[in-house]
Amino acid sequence: MSIRAYMRKPLYDSRDENSIITVMARKGMLDYGSKGCMDTNDSLRVASLWHSMHAISQQLSPTTGCSEIELLEANTFDLHCFQSLTGTKFFVVCKLGTRHMEALLKVVYKLYIDYVLKNPFYEMKMPIRCEVFDINLTQTVQKDRVALLGR
Amino acid sequence: MIGVGKIKQYSNILEKPLSKGKQEVSLSAFAFLFSELVQYNQTRVDNIAELERRLEDAGYAVGARVLELLCHRDKGNRRETRLLGILSFVHSTVWKVLFGKVADSLEKGTEHEDEYMISEKDLLVNKYISIPKDMGTFNCGAFVAGIVRGVLDGAGFPAVVTAHFVPMEGLQRLRTTILIKFAEEVLQREARLG
Repeated sequence: MSIRAYMRKPLYDSRDENSIITVMARKGMLDYGSKGCMDTNDSLRVASLWHSMHAISQQLSPTTGCSEIELLEANTFDLHCFQSLTGTKFFVVCKLGTRHMEALLKVVYKLYIDYVLKNPFYEMKMPIRCEVFDINLTQTVQKDRVALLGR
Repeated sequence: MIGVGKIKQYSNILEKPLSKGKQEVSLSAFAFLFSELVQYNQTRVDNIAELERRLEDAGYAVGARVLELLCHRDKGNRRETRLLGILSFVHSTVWKVLFGKVADSLEKGTEHEDEYMISEKDLLVNKYISIPKDMGTFNCGAFVAGIVRGVLDGAGFPAVVTAHFVPMEGLQRLRTTILIKFAEEVLQREARLG
């Protein structure tokens, strides 16, 4: 299995499938929960692994000014990552060749700001259990799926 | 003289007319402020009922001031004496000034004579808030209930106002209803006035 990582270079691929979105903060970790691919423990493992790799990548780059890994292409899946200005990372694991994941991640970021951060009952760095966030996220993913695949 | 302005200089600040003020405030700013208000109160109470009461009290203060301001600005210093008048004032004018739109509906309760309900599909203060399951029937709309109570009290219509979630078909989110229960004296006065 070969893995190629792209740093700071956006790549669009098509198709949106049972994707996991795990939200991870710099020091802690928040788990949104999955649609059926990964259970909580697995996604926690992936998220912590990803966080370390992300940090290492900044040292690894042959050129200066690398801030993050944007896309990881493996044989059977893609992993898109979006980092906000505060260091919170959003990543989505999707099937090979899925397009518009960057846009999706930005939309998720916007939903996060609205429905999670403005919720007085949400404690920082805890798993996200906000109903409204879930509802809107599902709607967005469904809309995306219909728009891209027509089903 | 360059730059002679057209603004009339008032010798006394009390003579200046009340300005309309800024019509709009950032929604995000309000959402964060309200979220902080709820969190602040949460740390100082022992149970949910107390939290709801505190939010209502905060709203009461807002309501009293809003009534004064709107009476002067929008109604030309005339006050409402009839029940339906004050209810439609709350339902349209107060809602329009506070939330930018009139309330969704105003209904009279079927079971009791003294109950009225203002419904809102998506209450502005609840827009970004998800109540955790263990808080039961707590509704941050208690703040708005407090505002309504403040307005009604100031206008001479004492009432008990509460906020409730009402499930609605076809919508995942629950509708919020502000339930207004007027005091006995209000109904008697209304009956006397005919």
